Amino acid sequence: MTSAPPHLTCQHLVELVTEYLEGKLSHGDRSRLEQHLCFCDSCVKYLEQMRQVLRATGRLTEESITPEAQEKLLDVFRKWKAGGA
Amino acid sequence: MELGSEAAGERAGATSALLEALRAGDESAFLHLVNRHQASMIRVATLYVGSRAAAEEVVQEAWVGVLKGLHLFEGRSSLKSWIFRILVNTAKARGIREARSVPLSSLASGDEDEAAVPAERFQEHGVWTGHWSQPPSEWSDDQVASAELVALAREGIEQLPPAQREVMTLRDVEGWEAHDVCELLEVSEANQRVLLHRARSKVRAYVEERLGKEVRP
Repeated sequence: MTSAPPHLTCQHLVELVTEYLEGKLSHGDRSRLEQHLCFCDSCVKYLEQMRQVLRATGRLTEESITPEAQEKLLDVFRKWKAGGA
Repeated sequence: MELGSEAAGERAGATSALLEALRAGDESAFLHLVNRHQASMIRVATLYVGSRAAAEEVVQEAWVGVLKGLHLFEGRSSLKSWIFRILVNTAKARGIREARSVPLSSLASGDEDEAAVPAERFQEHGVWTGHWSQPPSEWSDDQVASAELVALAREGIEQLPPAQREVMTLRDVEGWEAHDVCELLEVSEANQRVLLHRARSKVRAYVEERLGKEVRP
């Protein structure tokens, strides 16, 4: 029997969050992290806040192109087409 | 037949049809491309030049470059990567003129010791060493659902050092895959992940700090 792996501290867990979310942790590290989450509400909260921030950043893209900008670019395209761009 | 390769084949087919239409001078094909990438291009250009107005100019210049180089595009990378490569090069050239550019070496170096959460928020002695002494603050459901969280995330990203801001903008705002970001910025997967980690950790900390200030009377 090998001895039990050292448990993960909260301080260590917060440094593994990105690799965890990216699916890049080793199997062992992932199990340790998930075990830690089973008993640590604060780390659960930390991870949840990270996910909330990421959902918020994904909402920064709601924006569309203005008709003026579109017109300017069409101009660029027409010049290019005419061989002058 | 593998679904994945079929989808990829379809995409490649769509790209070559689009290229053919562009080369033939089809305006609607150009508008299609513009509408798909423009907003994203402006946000990426903003990473390199000072203002929104300058970014718009850079993007316009990049489109000229795209059109001029269209006959050189060989399809070795995706059309999107190719367009953004031109954009970044254009933006960097402009950024150098405005002395605001980021040397690539700064992408991976510096701040090696940065912690995601400051050490003083963890126990320093006893059996609970390394466990929270000041756990993450409570965020109310109202705060999480609000437009304010989105605004704070934006502010948090704006305050990041340039390399971290680039990576987080591309990954978490634009939704790019890690692989595409590495290709565009010419960094390794590991470097990309370190930059992303520092960036995300800081943005969460920024949001926490700002929301915390508001809860206290």
